[in-house]
Amino acid sequence: MKPTVVWLGRIGRAALTHGIGLALGAVVGPVQAQTAGAGNSVGGGLLLVAVVAQDDPRLERSRLERSVPGHATGPAADGLRLALKDHERVLQAAGLRLDLQVLEVANAQEAARAVKTLDAGRTVAVLSDLPEDGLKAVVMSTALPVLNMAAAADTLRGAACAPHLWHLNPSERMRTDALAQALVARKWTRVLLLASQEPADAARVAAVQATIKRFGLKLVDTRPFKLSADPRERDLANTRLLTQGDYDVVWVVDGPGEFATSLPYRTALPRPVVGDGGLVAVAWSAKFERFGAPQVSRRLQRQTGRPMGSQDWVAWMAGKTAVAMALAAPQRGPEGAKARAQALTTLELDGSKGVALSFRSWDGQLRQPMLLSDGQAVIETVPGDGVMHPRNRLDTVGADAPEKLCKARGG
Amino acid sequence: MRGVLVAWCAGAALMLTGPAQAAGAGMAVVSSEKDHALTLIDLSTQTVVGTVPTCKRPRHLMRVAAGQVLVACGDTGQADWIDVGRKQSIRRIALGEDPELFDLSADGKWLFVSNEEDAQVGVIDLARGKRVASIDVGEEPEGVLLSRDGKTLYVTSEVASVVHVVDVASHKVLKDIAVGKRPRRLALTPDGQQLWVSTELDAGVSVIDTKTHSVMGTVRLELKGARSQDITPVGLTFSADGKTAFVAMGNANHVAFVDVASRKTRERVLVGKRAWSLALDASGQRLYVVNGLSDDLTIVDVASAKALKTVQVGRVPHSVVLLEAGR
Repeated sequence: MKPTVVWLGRIGRAALTHGIGLALGAVVGPVQAQTAGAGNSVGGGLLLVAVVAQDDPRLERSRLERSVPGHATGPAADGLRLALKDHERVLQAAGLRLDLQVLEVANAQEAARAVKTLDAGRTVAVLSDLPEDGLKAVVMSTALPVLNMAAAADTLRGAACAPHLWHLNPSERMRTDALAQALVARKWTRVLLLASQEPADAARVAAVQATIKRFGLKLVDTRPFKLSADPRERDLANTRLLTQGDYDVVWVVDGPGEFATSLPYRTALPRPVVGDGGLVAVAWSAKFERFGAPQVSRRLQRQTGRPMGSQDWVAWMAGKTAVAMALAAPQRGPEGAKARAQALTTLELDGSKGVALSFRSWDGQLRQPMLLSDGQAVIETVPGDGVMHPRNRLDTVGADAPEKLCKARGG
Repeated sequence: MRGVLVAWCAGAALMLTGPAQAAGAGMAVVSSEKDHALTLIDLSTQTVVGTVPTCKRPRHLMRVAAGQVLVACGDTGQADWIDVGRKQSIRRIALGEDPELFDLSADGKWLFVSNEEDAQVGVIDLARGKRVASIDVGEEPEGVLLSRDGKTLYVTSEVASVVHVVDVASHKVLKDIAVGKRPRRLALTPDGQQLWVSTELDAGVSVIDTKTHSVMGTVRLELKGARSQDITPVGLTFSADGKTAFVAMGNANHVAFVDVASRKTRERVLVGKRAWSLALDASGQRLYVVNGLSDDLTIVDVASAKALKTVQVGRVPHSVVLLEAGR
């Protein structure tokens, strides 16, 4: 009864070239994929189904080499495999077999098709490493618990939330709130915001502005920037021109990270940079030294040959969540599925961040301490000393219950 | 001072030191992970009297002979055998990757060590300095403790949240006992009938019946003004009469005095930040508590349940062991 990791179906292009089937519905059906992939080696156990993006732009070489804190440093499957390996003995003792199936999808439509045919009595959860549109398609297409590993958008925890959607990665707002707490503690209150003009960053800029307001910081100015060497665009591209004025700190919003990571030390005033460059709020860092964190990081390093990044931790936690669900209700069939979904609401998980972690009932977000890192060290953890909350200090970062932002969960 | 220490370690001069004898004479030895050193504290004057360099990242330490301790080093994968009086390493023994905690057989021949990195317990023949066996256990093994008769070894796995029951003769894992979340340290009641396991993320202690190897109860640690998630117990030890357990409450910065019979907390003593490891002197009068995040050691008077003094030690202190008169 050794739990194994099985690599099965590859959706779309690859599956077709392997000639598993021509009717796409059959190809994307993981049940088909199991038979094709592993035959009798997939026996009576439960399944974790990871849905990942084909040719994921986050994993392009130049993006990986830039190693922006918080960005993906490798495939999500690595963290999932580590979680399964960590629990090998426990699963064995429980006589439980858990297989991991990784489905690569090219777009949201394929993602939707892939999850529609999953065996609901056998699949513990769908673990999504897709961007927002892919995740939304998955959530619409299955009633199984969906564990979000990639999409940080606040709307997924608010207007677009769902009762069966759970988030392992910190939301945008958790990241901005964490930074704001640190700024308040330092009395670095006057913030100059440099905003990317990428459409995907518009909501992130708004999240920073809302956080600045919520924490009583002062927004000195919001200035758009552009990556350019064109002298005619120097007002947008020259960091010294962009950072004229009087402020305590520069907050830069730059999803791709190329501008943000090269901003520190190039400001007009000698002021620190936070946001997507300089000091960054992340879920994890390989430099984190407390609470047994180095052991976890070293296990992933040993397995993959690279340092454990924030997204690796998120995937590892998603794996741990699914394992805990399976252990809570190991039986197959609808009763088991129901019990597993129920177990998720009360899980307490060990994320090697010093406290037990659990999911917020009001938006499905995993509450967790945030780490502030410049990539070289973990500067501090948030919430820090002295931060108070009527119920749980971890709920001082991210959307709190009284805000009632997620109507689908009865908010 | 050095002359006195040497003589004391030879077990002779203590009678001559006079006042040192009165209040539990001897030395507290504290390991500091980031200083690669042991800090020595005179028990009578309660002051630091010196440091001893060790192998890299020293953590758990135990007394091996009069005036001698063995300390496990995480970074260099060694045990350093230190003569405290001479402030010198006598020999070094390979312990494997990332050794954390260990225990010694009563005859001093065998050392059992948790290797966090490899998820193993190593069995070391101390005389030959050789690893003779490796026992696979759950991820992040930490606490390692032999039963009173030396036949059974208990090991915690922080990730699997179990205590492994290992047969020492065959090196086989006989049973995994599911306990609370993130089990850290182990302590046996003096009569050997109960095994207490601190569970860091459950704000408690799981109590195991050593006859049946099953959980017979739980200690819930509480502190006014603190939430359960802020109580993260690690080190624990018992009074000689077995009536009181002392549990370091981690991030709650207190030590709990727990009544063993009722499993209720009698006293809570404020110590330093992240109260971590602790040791009780032979007379049962003084409790020494290592505080991992404030780089100090708090000396607690047990009878009055009050902190007497806090002594600054090295950076990131891990463990404390007491070398008392004639011991």
